[in-house]
Amino acid sequence: MSTQTLTINGRDLSFEPGETILAVARRHHIDIPTLCHLKGATPTGACRICVVEVSGAQNLITACNTPAAAGLVVQTESAAVVAARKQIIQLMLGSGNHNCAVRGSDHQEWTSFQVKVQGEDGSSQLCPVWGDCRLQDLAYRYQVSAERFDAGPARYAMETVNPFIVRDFSRCIQCGRCVQACNEVQVNNAIQFGYKGPEAKIITPGDRPLKDSDCVFCGECVQACPVGALVEKDVRYAVRPWETQKTRTTCSYCGVGCQLYLHVRDNKVVKVTGAEVAPNHGSLCVKGRFGYHFINSPERLTDPLIKENGTFRKASWDEALDLVAGKFKQIRDTHGGDSMGVLVSARMTNEENYVAQKFTRAVLKTNNIDHCARL
Amino acid sequence: MTNTIADIEQADVILVTGSNTTENHPVLSTVIKRAVKFRGAKLIVVDPRRIKLTEFAHLWLRPNLGTDVAWINGLMHVILKEKLNKADFIANRTEGFDALSKMLEKYTPDFVEGITGIPAENLEAAAKMFAGAKAGSILYCMGITQHISGTDNVKSLANLAMITGHLGAPGTGVNPLRGQNNVQGACDMGGLPNVYTAYQPVADLAMARKMEEAWGVTGLSTQPGLTVTKMLPKAHAGELKALYIIGENPMLSDADLNHVEKSLKHLDFLVVQDIFLTETAQMADVVLPSACFAEKDGTFSNTERRVQRVRQAVTAPGQAKEDWWITAQIASRMGYPMQYADSRAIFEEIARVTPSYAGISYRRIEDEGLHWPCPTEEHPGTPILHTQQFTRGKGLFHAIEWIPPAEQVDEEYPLYLTTGRLLYQYHTGTMTMKSEDLNERAPESFVEISGKDAAKYNLQDGDQVTIASRRGEIRVRVRIQDKAVEGTVFIPFHFAQGAANQLTNGALDPVSGIPEFKVCAVKIGKAA
Ligand code: SF4
Ligand code: SF4
Ligand code: SF4
Ligand code: FES
Repeated sequence: MSTQTLTINGRDLSFEPGETILAVARRHHIDIPTLCHLKGATPTGACRICVVEVSGAQNLITACNTPAAAGLVVQTESAAVVAARKQIIQLMLGSGNHNCAVRGSDHQEWTSFQVKVQGEDGSSQLCPVWGDCRLQDLAYRYQVSAERFDAGPARYAMETVNPFIVRDFSRCIQCGRCVQACNEVQVNNAIQFGYKGPEAKIITPGDRPLKDSDCVFCGECVQACPVGALVEKDVRYAVRPWETQKTRTTCSYCGVGCQLYLHVRDNKVVKVTGAEVAPNHGSLCVKGRFGYHFINSPERLTDPLIKENGTFRKASWDEALDLVAGKFKQIRDTHGGDSMGVLVSARMTNEENYVAQKFTRAVLKTNNIDHCARL
Repeated sequence: MTNTIADIEQADVILVTGSNTTENHPVLSTVIKRAVKFRGAKLIVVDPRRIKLTEFAHLWLRPNLGTDVAWINGLMHVILKEKLNKADFIANRTEGFDALSKMLEKYTPDFVEGITGIPAENLEAAAKMFAGAKAGSILYCMGITQHISGTDNVKSLANLAMITGHLGAPGTGVNPLRGQNNVQGACDMGGLPNVYTAYQPVADLAMARKMEEAWGVTGLSTQPGLTVTKMLPKAHAGELKALYIIGENPMLSDADLNHVEKSLKHLDFLVVQDIFLTETAQMADVVLPSACFAEKDGTFSNTERRVQRVRQAVTAPGQAKEDWWITAQIASRMGYPMQYADSRAIFEEIARVTPSYAGISYRRIEDEGLHWPCPTEEHPGTPILHTQQFTRGKGLFHAIEWIPPAEQVDEEYPLYLTTGRLLYQYHTGTMTMKSEDLNERAPESFVEISGKDAAKYNLQDGDQVTIASRRGEIRVRVRIQDKAVEGTVFIPFHFAQGAANQLTNGALDPVSGIPEFKVCAVKIGKAA
């Protein structure tokens, strides 16, 4: 249908009406960096890292919110583009406690900066998300450092009063992804841009802590934040991505069946993130994202238990299974299968439910099987 | 669901009833909210509580508890009177319309207002909004099913969808939201007293023969079994001798808990298989430790019939084992050898005996799940049901009259109680209560009451009160909230201390066997 084309880095590329320059480039595997752009939300053009050079245009333009047009000639990594990006990155790095390796190498300056950040952060480690940060990646890609930027004391204190999320304003680059995630993806309308100029801050109405706002701790903003400004409380300084392995699975709470990643370290689930596929496309709720502690709870049952004189004692599988099988057999053979019942669970897999109903019908010889989900 | 979650975003009008979606299906609620905020969809919420979703609604109808059939009939009455019904859909795809339209005559907006308390003009506005839309989607949850008239309520919603032709197309459908993650799968797999997998009836002799052959046994019973709500009274009467409970905690989730406890005590032999020593497990003769979802492979089927993979991320603690392994061991030790190499082998057997899963395999759902029915390996799955015809051919209208709930308020018990869940807890709390952070947000049971009722009974926010019904009494803290509406209080059912189900009514829907959790009569007073 559409035969309209534009030129990116010398390649003639076709586009559909309404597509942005960014979308066309991505479709053709041309990498334009982005920070504020969030899939599924209206582009805001806030960070300007996606600027490109368009022949004939006075200024660089942002690719994420500029529609493709026939005949445009676009350069995505021209000298002017690279210079602009370097400047943006440098300003961002210099704006707060970005104490990762890209900060710079002037020994004296690094040490005093590090001491300041550690004081504000209460940790002797580098930034809680270093190695897993879009800003750090970009600084490395464009070889930018923030040396000689004097980072004064953080303007706003960290918010740690809720059990799920730490808000570290000193590392916020004002990209607004969290605002988009909260308002346009989850539509919880809990946060927005507040104050002006150097005072700028992401706030709840009335600038109250999240716990006293409409926030429902879905964590969409944490997953969207490209830097270390929003981090899960239990993960911050405790879990590093290179220590963990991810397994994709299905949430075990409600029937939506969100797809998620369990991040595992030493056989322990230490973090959960949403997977970017149907039905949830990366979103989770507070239970799916933060309700994983039961897995590793010390109260988990670890051994078969047999009750004797009113109290439980541990037993081996052989003993417990033989006891159960023997009793079931005896009751079935004496009173008939219909004197027995099985309750299965909406928390078991399909395979386990299948085996349980097969057992009920084929072995116990009754149809007395039900699940409690009607309850 | 007849349609998919993503499909809700295609609707022009969305009717949500008996579902506190933002708390119980949070991620699904984002689809509703986005449709309203960014795509101009209209939202009608019908709910006795001022739930969060009412803030997004164009119309909020607030029915008295247990009056769902009445307002649904009222909507249809208006739709017929205004000739907003979809005549060609009714003529081509349904039957029984005449009996329905005759029965609907008396459900005038004024008559319905008398029963439901919904102002006549709001009912009329909702009827026009829903029937006038190009695509209308109905979403419902336990607030519709947990009534003695639960089955009637569901059938009435189906009537409403058929009369407006809002079925079998994008953005339409009658969409039940499953409360627990694999309810859909448990039902699909035959975890029900009357059907094998894929709802193949046990009473059908040919079906029994087919299963006997597949399983290598003889003598499968063609007598439908007992529902859980019938099993417990039988246990109480001594007729049911043994119960094998896997991953459930009826000691907290069932209506009228006092009766449940007595029933379980009457059993000769109780085996409970679970991940924790739950209230129910404590009563068992033998407790068998299970692996949880993160420790096993398999599949879950979500509320939109999408079969998705579950994958092992960690090993189970101690001796805990997958539920299928434990059950298969018991079977083998009873003389019926059941051996599977792994969950994949079980799934392959499921596909062989289950027509709607026949085309699904682990390989096909590696990246993204498939919607059943998926009868062959080439079949792409079925995101939307009933596009051409209904399972039985023509859709059948049921002319259903409203009946009042089993229990009414009176002088002694002047308040209605309804129950439900909270965002930060899940079901009986066996999993969520192990997260300190979730507990911090929702630490204990409470009763939610309107400001007016609080003033009437002289209660302050935070007071300890006793709430009593004809069945029991609990102590909880008062929370005065604008979610509550005068005359009705709400208690979450997650908590063992202050358990709402000490109070609820065990009266059952005669068809589904679901108890009337959503309505009972209570009285409230300051705790001594
Ligand atoms: S956790 Fe969710 S609700 Fe809270 S601010 Fe972040 S996105 Fe908004
Ligand atoms: S908190 Fe994160 S996502 Fe939000 S504006 Fe700051 S850097 Fe961006
Ligand atoms: S993350 Fe939340 S919404 Fe998604 S399946 Fe889990 S409980 Fe349901
Ligand atoms: S990504 Fe385009 S302006 Fe931020």
